[in-house]
Amino acid sequence: MIHSRARWLVALVLAFGLLAAACGSDTKKGSGGGNSTSSTTAAAKKLAAATLNGSGATFPQAYYETVISEFKKPQPAVTVTYGGGGSGKGQSDLQAGLVQWAGSDSTVKPEDMAKFKGPFLYFPTVAAPITVSYNLAAVKNLQLSPDTLAGIFGGKITKWDDAAIKADNPKATLPADAITVVHRADASGTTGNFTKYLVAAAPTAWTLGTDKVVAWPTGQQAGTANGGVAQLVHDTAGAIGYVDYSDAKAAQLVFASIKNADGKYVAPSVDSATAALAGATLNADLTYNPLNAPGAKTYPITAPTYILVYTAQADPAVKAALQGLLAFIYADGQTLAPTVDFAPLPAAILGKAKAQIAKIGA
Amino acid sequence: MTTTLEAPALSGSQRPPGRLLDRTFRGVVLFAGALVLIILALIAGTMVNKAMPIFRSEGLGYFTHDVWDPAHAKFGTLAFTFGTVVVSSLALLLAVPVSIGIALFTTEVAPPWLRKPVTYLVDLLAAVPSVVYGLWGILVLAPALPGFYDNIHSVVGGVPILGTLFSGDPISGRSFMTAGVILAIMITPIVTSIARETFTTVPQSLKDAAHALGATRWEMIRAAVIPHSRSGLVAGILVGLGRALGETIAVALVIGSSPQISAKLFSSGDALAAVIANQFGEATGNTRPALIGMAVVLFLVTLVVGVLARGYVARAERRTGGAV
Repeated sequence: MIHSRARWLVALVLAFGLLAAACGSDTKKGSGGGNSTSSTTAAAKKLAAATLNGSGATFPQAYYETVISEFKKPQPAVTVTYGGGGSGKGQSDLQAGLVQWAGSDSTVKPEDMAKFKGPFLYFPTVAAPITVSYNLAAVKNLQLSPDTLAGIFGGKITKWDDAAIKADNPKATLPADAITVVHRADASGTTGNFTKYLVAAAPTAWTLGTDKVVAWPTGQQAGTANGGVAQLVHDTAGAIGYVDYSDAKAAQLVFASIKNADGKYVAPSVDSATAALAGATLNADLTYNPLNAPGAKTYPITAPTYILVYTAQADPAVKAALQGLLAFIYADGQTLAPTVDFAPLPAAILGKAKAQIAKIGA
Repeated sequence: MTTTLEAPALSGSQRPPGRLLDRTFRGVVLFAGALVLIILALIAGTMVNKAMPIFRSEGLGYFTHDVWDPAHAKFGTLAFTFGTVVVSSLALLLAVPVSIGIALFTTEVAPPWLRKPVTYLVDLLAAVPSVVYGLWGILVLAPALPGFYDNIHSVVGGVPILGTLFSGDPISGRSFMTAGVILAIMITPIVTSIARETFTTVPQSLKDAAHALGATRWEMIRAAVIPHSRSGLVAGILVGLGRALGETIAVALVIGSSPQISAKLFSSGDALAAVIANQFGEATGNTRPALIGMAVVLFLVTLVVGVLARGYVARAERRTGGAV
């Protein structure tokens, strides 16, 4: 009896000790003023401890995860997380106040505006090309115009040796095989941007409209997430599908060159995506549309992505942390982008975006 | 002469403690039962409330149209309801005979040393997470089935109804049939467990009586075991059906995600739970209430099936004069 009571007492003391230790280590002791990481951010002040939870688009997730791990070095006191889950989830989490920042590939629809707790700001971060990847051993450099794309994905062009594809590729020998079109099984901002491009570039040929889910014709294959589509294109001879740049590179797919608004066939790359950003017009709220942008070297299917934050911030530590994170993205983050296959913002957009950081908490 | 002794009325502190415990127990259990009903009502109520915008704008067309086109704000769930019903029916058709067979084997036919291992194995299978089945389905079953489908089609191709049923385009093996097969494998363990439990409650006297009248083993099973277990079997089938209707990931991975209403079982389709899982994360604007509305549809489908099943049991009980 006494033994068991003693055991309980010891357990209790240990538990209290653990709790005290946990509470005690809350205040982080910074390692003095300067840090040894080579950062182009001019001597960023050490921020107070704060937690920035984020969720939203999976399109830029690889980029944000790189940013988060690099941001930890100059600012160890700030904990940043990004949960992904889709642009819709990011927007609804921000509406409910569950996250401090949200990633979204698309702008908020008018009917959703009232659901937000107050006015919010769009911060463009990076962009990336959406490739049209295909699996055709006989053709190495496939060229496609928007009308042909609309015909293929709309189910009207069903064979590789169709007259329209031949017209885009006069020098290639096209086999008489059937085309297997692969689209996304899940709702996706990539589908949204791809169809938005088709509506802009091939308005008469493309009839399915634009949204994160469209009513694809029957008989096509569906893959889950960019990786799923990439895998299906990789494994099926004669397949064609739209995959974002980093996943297509990872699956070692072959990309088609798409005819841009200037009539030139351009292959997707970080450079051609940056050229598309330079050619796009910026709106007052810093949203822009690089799809089908003018310019000889632009890749026409370049998709933007934004971070959404509320203008009003109650907690000063969170406000400072958000401003610090965005400043980091617009400095070191822009040099990091090409290393993970994302295109950095051109100078014009970057300047306005940096200026908008001051509006947080104003 | 009998005397009745009246227990003297006890006042507060004199009442035996057992009665207070009894009343507390009763209260707690009542609360638990009521809680389940309340939670169910709250779930139903919240879902319907959140889906109200779409019900108002689409009306009955939401349930009866088969075009799901968020780009043009057309929301019709018929193709998904069709897919869910087809895949669940296939799963039941394939799983129930096998489950009852396994249950009968372990209770009636198997030698005593084999019963425990088989039971243990089946219960273990019921605990495997569904995403494992889905992944196995997409990596192993889906690629292997097209050849199988081609064989079946070449055999029954000419037959009028069967020919249409067993046809379709099995490019990557993702079809109603593949989803049905995977679901059947998933629900077999749970239906077997419940069926087995039900069969063990059949009184030995009933079985002996059948044997005494000269019945063979199969005749005894048909005459004594199965009629006695009818309501338990229906309960087990309902549990399996519930699992099949709600199965999300496994179905989403192998059904092909192309919503259509087709009699061809080897063609791709889509199901309610699968499409909610696929599209909810990115849903904005009107698509969100539309997807929540699908949860309401799923709820209704389950209710309808449950009521029909219970009605069948009640009718069977009346026919056999309450012998179940």
